Amino acid sequence: MTETKMSSGTAQTPIGDTELQAGAEVLLRALKDQGVEVIFGYPGGAVLPIYDAIFQQNAIRHILVRHEQAAVHAAEGYARSTGRVGVVLVTSGPGATNAVTGLVDALMDSIPVVCLTGQVPTHLIGNDAFQEADTTGITRPATKHNYLVKKSEDLARVVHEAFYVARSGRPGPVVIDLPKDILIGKAPYQAPPSAAHRSYRPQTEPDAGQIAKAVALLKSAKRPVIYTGGGVINAGTAASAALAAFVRKTGFPCTSTLMGLGAYPANDPQFLGMLGMHGTYEANLTMHGCDVMLNVGARFDDRVTGRLNAFSPGSHKIHIDIDPSSINKNVPVEVPIVADAGRALQALLAAWDADPTPVDRPAIAAWWKQIDGWRAIQCLRFTQDMTKGAIIKPQYAIQRLYDITRDLGREIFISTEVGQHQMWAAQYFRFDHPNHWMTSGGLGTMGYGLPSAMGVQVAHPDALVIDIAGEASILMNIQEMSTLAQYRLPVKVFILNNQYMGMVRQWQELLHGSRYSESYTAALPDFVKLADSFHGVGLRATSVDQLDDVIREMIALDRPVIADICVDQTENCFPMIPSGAAHNEMILGAEHGGNLQAGGAAGLTDEGLVLV
Amino acid sequence: MPSPIDTTLRSATISVLVENEAGVLARVIGLFSGRGYNIDSLTVAPVEDGRNRSRINIVTSGTEMVIEQIKAQLDRLVPVHRVADLTLEGPHIAREMALIKVIATGNNRAESLRLADAFRARVVDATTESFVFEMTGSTDKLDAFVELMRPLGLAEVSRTGVAAIARGARII
Repeated sequence: MTETKMSSGTAQTPIGDTELQAGAEVLLRALKDQGVEVIFGYPGGAVLPIYDAIFQQNAIRHILVRHEQAAVHAAEGYARSTGRVGVVLVTSGPGATNAVTGLVDALMDSIPVVCLTGQVPTHLIGNDAFQEADTTGITRPATKHNYLVKKSEDLARVVHEAFYVARSGRPGPVVIDLPKDILIGKAPYQAPPSAAHRSYRPQTEPDAGQIAKAVALLKSAKRPVIYTGGGVINAGTAASAALAAFVRKTGFPCTSTLMGLGAYPANDPQFLGMLGMHGTYEANLTMHGCDVMLNVGARFDDRVTGRLNAFSPGSHKIHIDIDPSSINKNVPVEVPIVADAGRALQALLAAWDADPTPVDRPAIAAWWKQIDGWRAIQCLRFTQDMTKGAIIKPQYAIQRLYDITRDLGREIFISTEVGQHQMWAAQYFRFDHPNHWMTSGGLGTMGYGLPSAMGVQVAHPDALVIDIAGEASILMNIQEMSTLAQYRLPVKVFILNNQYMGMVRQWQELLHGSRYSESYTAALPDFVKLADSFHGVGLRATSVDQLDDVIREMIALDRPVIADICVDQTENCFPMIPSGAAHNEMILGAEHGGNLQAGGAAGLTDEGLVLV
Repeated sequence: MPSPIDTTLRSATISVLVENEAGVLARVIGLFSGRGYNIDSLTVAPVEDGRNRSRINIVTSGTEMVIEQIKAQLDRLVPVHRVADLTLEGPHIAREMALIKVIATGNNRAESLRLADAFRARVVDATTESFVFEMTGSTDKLDAFVELMRPLGLAEVSRTGVAAIARGARII
């Protein structure tokens, strides 16, 4: 066999300027050249050659997860908190299929991830071999792009290209399917290419004419709003700085989607809070009543727009997006700008200064007066009974977590699972910096928070990383407590435990006659003992007087902690725009007179009932 | 500005120049099925040997907003070089080829042959009881001929789908 012959020599045979090495070694070399420092993975038969190569080097660290879905979420957390590409390594068949949820999650939220999947050897593909799955077929709609490497000479090129595709344009997950014979056989190495990609060259520079049109429209505005999304975060910290500069220069109000929180400082008076289904009263009414809307890096998602034909009906709209397919998809806009959010904001800043037209200051002042009137309603107000032994309101738990942690002077990252706790975290934890908030927005993946926090903690070993969780979501990837213990990752899991799938229960109460079908979890584990059995620390607060002590103790511990915060089971998340309703048909909580009727909600229609 | 309430449907002939690599057709088809777009016709074949490219011609229909979406979605696929809406970009030629089998004797057989002649279809196979006609033309012309053959003993039809190209010196 040629292979035996080639490996019997003391050195590999050089061919031109390339050197032949085992495919697995070529793969690792390519990863190193791409600046990869950490891989989240799980071994198996098809990827054993890669694990063997990992064993024989120290440049790339491998974090052994307990489930492949968690490997992808961890890579997402790593990517979102660092701005770099997250890397995943899983085996063929079940390894790859388990990763699919994470891949779709990264696709929906535009997170750059490269996922290496093992595959049966090329001669067995299509044979229903052991642990064979049609990985490229299964992941085609789950990724931005995917590759099956069938020839050794393609290996290095494909790896470099995968990183380019994952991080360029609108970022996303890329799968490289690697048959075992390609990993074992000799392959040539190629350095990352310097030439442009042959077909994928996304536009990042904005069109100057469109920027001028946008500035003219914004300067003519009497009731403007700037609506920002995850695209600003993905465009890097400079984009967030440019956004802050532009918002302050214009004096306009600014709101953000769930994905965009942190791009503009939440504590700034020009920030209206999050918009959308559980957004603030002032943000949603500002969107509804504005005359000029500037959307930067958001995609008019259905959680944001509510009923489309009633969405911001009287406004002229400007939309900056790096993905042309996001423009005019749900909402028609007058001034589309295809560009990187950061480049577009820089161009807007320059064009704003260059255009001598003054802003209509009296009109803007009147607009702010109206907005302040909406703010005065204090839509997030709640009442916490402070008597000893009183039950904890979930909103209060998050507010205390925020107040106590902000005074620490430490860098704090928050991840969440999906449900009521996620929305309360978005409403009550105020983010002043980008890349510090990891949540599953588009796909809404329960089980995202713990592995994501794990990835964040790997990237930021000294930071305080907290997963704000619900007791139902946390059980979906609870096995990662074991990974936390193995790598001494002191992630804090802050569970708002109401024993219900809270958001399901809320919808059943509001939309399905309070018939709580299968939303109550009987026989929950004892989370304190569970933490203990996973070599962590378990804490519990059952009444309001215990809350602060539990939070302080949790923060002080340099170990993984589960804090089981037992909260009011009946609490609902407000404000809420029911599906199929408009921004001005918001429901507020009982605190505000509760325009909430038994057995049904205001603004709810049969048409809305079919929506999720 | 396209209006969201504009529900007028139009047909679009879209040509897509793609890298000739494994899975590229599956990506295009998956995009249409996954997002609920119509495919009225689809053809694909390599076209530029030197540069390893294939051309996909798609005939689809939808509202203006949907067709714009289809083009944007196609254009962001990694192996796609170029997307051209031939319907929108100017005059173009769209042709397909069909093989049509008619089984008939007597008057019907004679009539099918006369009509084939009028439509400039070629007889590419004949037995005493059957003909296979080959015909190239617009989709409408092929449809019309097939309908005429139906009462005369139409037995089987095999069509290629539409290949399209812009008129004049324009290229995509």
